[in-house]
Amino acid sequence: MFASLARRIVYTLPIMAGVALVCFLLVHLAPGDPLVSVLPPDASEDLRQQLIKLYGFDRSLPEQFLSWVWRALHGDLGTSIASGRPVAAEVYKAVGNTLMLAAVATLIGFFFGSLFGFVAGYFSGSWVDRVASLLSIVGVSVPHYWLGMVLVIIFAAQLNWLPATGAGPGGSTDWHWNWEHVQYLILPAVAKSVVPMGIIARTVRALVAEMLAQEFVVGLRAKGLTDYGVFRHIVKNVAPTALAVMGLQLGYLLGGSILIETVFAFPGTGFLLNSAIFQRDLPLLQGTILVLAMFFVLLNLVVDLVQGTLDPRISRA
Amino acid sequence: MPARLPLTTRVSLVVSAAALTLSLAVPALAQEKVLRIAMTAADIPRTLGQPDQGFEGNRFTGIPMYDALTQWDLSKADAPSVLIPGLATSWAVDAKDKTKWTFKLRPGVKFHDGSAFNADAVVWNVQKVLDKEAVQFDPSQVGVTASRMPTLRTARKIDDLTVELTTSEPDSFLPINLSNLFMASPAHWQKKFDAAASATPADKSKAAWTAFAADASGTGPFKMTRFVARERLEVAANKAYWDPKRVPKIDKVVMLPMPEASARTAALLSGQVDWIEAPSPDAMAEIKSRGNVIYSNPQPHVWPWQLSFAEGSPWLNKDVRYAANLCVDRESLSKLLGGMMGIPKGTVPPGHPWWGNPKFDIKYDPKAAQALMGKAGFSAAKPLKVKVQISASGSGQMQPLPMNEFVQQSLKACYFDVEFDVIEWNTLFTNWRKGAKDPSANGANATNVSFAAMDPFFAMVRFVSTKTFPPVSNNWGYYGNETVDKLIADARTSFDDKQRDAALAKLHAYIVEDAPFVWIAHDVGPRAMSAKVKNVVQPKSWFIDIATMTMQ
Repeated sequence: MFASLARRIVYTLPIMAGVALVCFLLVHLAPGDPLVSVLPPDASEDLRQQLIKLYGFDRSLPEQFLSWVWRALHGDLGTSIASGRPVAAEVYKAVGNTLMLAAVATLIGFFFGSLFGFVAGYFSGSWVDRVASLLSIVGVSVPHYWLGMVLVIIFAAQLNWLPATGAGPGGSTDWHWNWEHVQYLILPAVAKSVVPMGIIARTVRALVAEMLAQEFVVGLRAKGLTDYGVFRHIVKNVAPTALAVMGLQLGYLLGGSILIETVFAFPGTGFLLNSAIFQRDLPLLQGTILVLAMFFVLLNLVVDLVQGTLDPRISRA
Repeated sequence: MPARLPLTTRVSLVVSAAALTLSLAVPALAQEKVLRIAMTAADIPRTLGQPDQGFEGNRFTGIPMYDALTQWDLSKADAPSVLIPGLATSWAVDAKDKTKWTFKLRPGVKFHDGSAFNADAVVWNVQKVLDKEAVQFDPSQVGVTASRMPTLRTARKIDDLTVELTTSEPDSFLPINLSNLFMASPAHWQKKFDAAASATPADKSKAAWTAFAADASGTGPFKMTRFVARERLEVAANKAYWDPKRVPKIDKVVMLPMPEASARTAALLSGQVDWIEAPSPDAMAEIKSRGNVIYSNPQPHVWPWQLSFAEGSPWLNKDVRYAANLCVDRESLSKLLGGMMGIPKGTVPPGHPWWGNPKFDIKYDPKAAQALMGKAGFSAAKPLKVKVQISASGSGQMQPLPMNEFVQQSLKACYFDVEFDVIEWNTLFTNWRKGAKDPSANGANATNVSFAAMDPFFAMVRFVSTKTFPPVSNNWGYYGNETVDKLIADARTSFDDKQRDAALAKLHAYIVEDAPFVWIAHDVGPRAMSAKVKNVVQPKSWFIDIATMTMQ
């Protein structure tokens, strides 16, 4: 068990190093001026050179990379060029908000995705299957930012039932789990949940249909198990894969859909990335991408370990 | 045991009590007038005194919370916004040494923390961006400030209410430039510095500025009360403001960053905010149909094609430049934008102190344009190929794709064959400084970067002086000659306001007559507000005064 855990942790180290290098290079190799947020384009070249030196952009890329990694290892992701605030605090706060939104969206997606998937798989080939499959295809296909805008137009602008934007009446730092605040989560969470819902539904449907065709199900029925008993066995067999897909979807949602969070002005990582990209705020961009990528790597590790616990054959493989 | 009252009596007592409570509570609630604004910025512009995010920053976290020595008059919608005294009551250049200025300061002004505004505070605020040795020096504020006052060098206290400022060369534009230097409270900053736990003075200074940004203190009509990074800024009325005409009648202003136009529109339509910046043109009808009001006014925001004068450029021929200026159907372009565009006659409009009555009348006259193109040797069968570098979007760029495509079609009637090189906005910005001869121009002989024309340097000088060729500043097209350099020098060394404006008017007239731009549009800064917001004056400026507004 410990050997397996240690092996998997060791596997993640080169991935993390690679992620750090790629996210550093990506933001530095993109065209544009890293000082665009603090230096108007009409500023003189003298002033530009002065600031390049003050911000350390005159150093070589390897030098900048090593210094950034060294500080990151000590928990310091630098200071945002645009806002002057520490990147780590900005990113962790945004991650917290996105985590909350992603968790709610994943729960919605997982619940409805599993429901549609099981129903479709169990009644494979029937009209119930076709309706459930149609809903899952719609979920996968519909652009979620478009759906977000439609939801805002209907439920905020026209009906005035739910707020259009933001993360609570006083901002996300003032969050409480009551209706006054939770209503701000509903529209973005629903808009975000449609893709995972569709993907989970399709996965579960395929797995359930496949399981039902297997001999062990016939064996279980022959032993006199009720439908509920058979269903429990199928759930147990489907769960590891469904969980893995859910984990990946949660990771995907944690990436903070830039479009959804921008449409709803929701202060998560997507909103932060959008801001960092438009202001070309390199430390903020690097820090956000790094934290998200690390989160994704760690989430995969956790999913691997949970899968192994649920199905010991996986950890032995 | 007391006798129970009849049910009807008990009900009526309860209702009366409730009504009484409500009648007491409702006026208390109604008393607080809160104005909620959705900005186009993706983050709250910096609150430490020198805002980022261009002039939207100055508009929302500069002017409401801070004052500068000089300021713009934002009280009129029908006249150009001109420079007026702010924290300085008067100023004069030294008669013998034109690089020395004396500024007399307004007495009795206090910062929001209660400390006094005086000459020490001015010196301290100049040092925060110009003196690398000063403990309060903050590199993050240098770019947005020093670039807007390029010749200011030092500040020296003469007495409590007098300071001497020096410039690197005689420069009559200094008072205009100083409207960008906002005065932050040194005493309040010092408290943050003393409380900072960092090891070195530089780190303490950095921490102090971060803390100051979250709990700022200026002298403006509104004072900061709450700051949630990237989400909301709340400011409350400063009832002790020094200018009685600008003591706010609104109790509280909440500013929310909302970069997405449809999100802003939805927020206004759902009643979540009372004011949105830059509503998208296709939402205007819906916004108005719900009883909201659209405000707009031509502002010093020029949307042109800046032409190349590098060797081989087709724009070297003045007839071609005139033809392009005469061939853009600006009235129809304005209709395309739902009327949200000003029709330019030059960089500044007629009636502006710098207008200068140029002889070349920029208008739509395709026949005259065709004749000029014929004279230059071009025709429908032999069109002139031009290439323009444009962006697909960008702050201040209005609607660059449809607008440029419209101009492309318009110019086709006058034998121009326009090709676009569409690049990302920040890259276009970066290329702007590199110039038309740089490989980054990718063969383009014009560029489409909109610009602010608030002060003479940024409106005119940087585009036409031979001293501002790339990479020094934004003379992307290498335009310039001795005459224009002489006109600039005359303006810079005319220290009487009227003489300076007259010199600038000559410069503007010369520029329009020589046409180094195709002037296409002026932005009108549209914003939509709930009908509850009253006393709104949208001046001919990038800025707007919230202090004089009221709420129903």
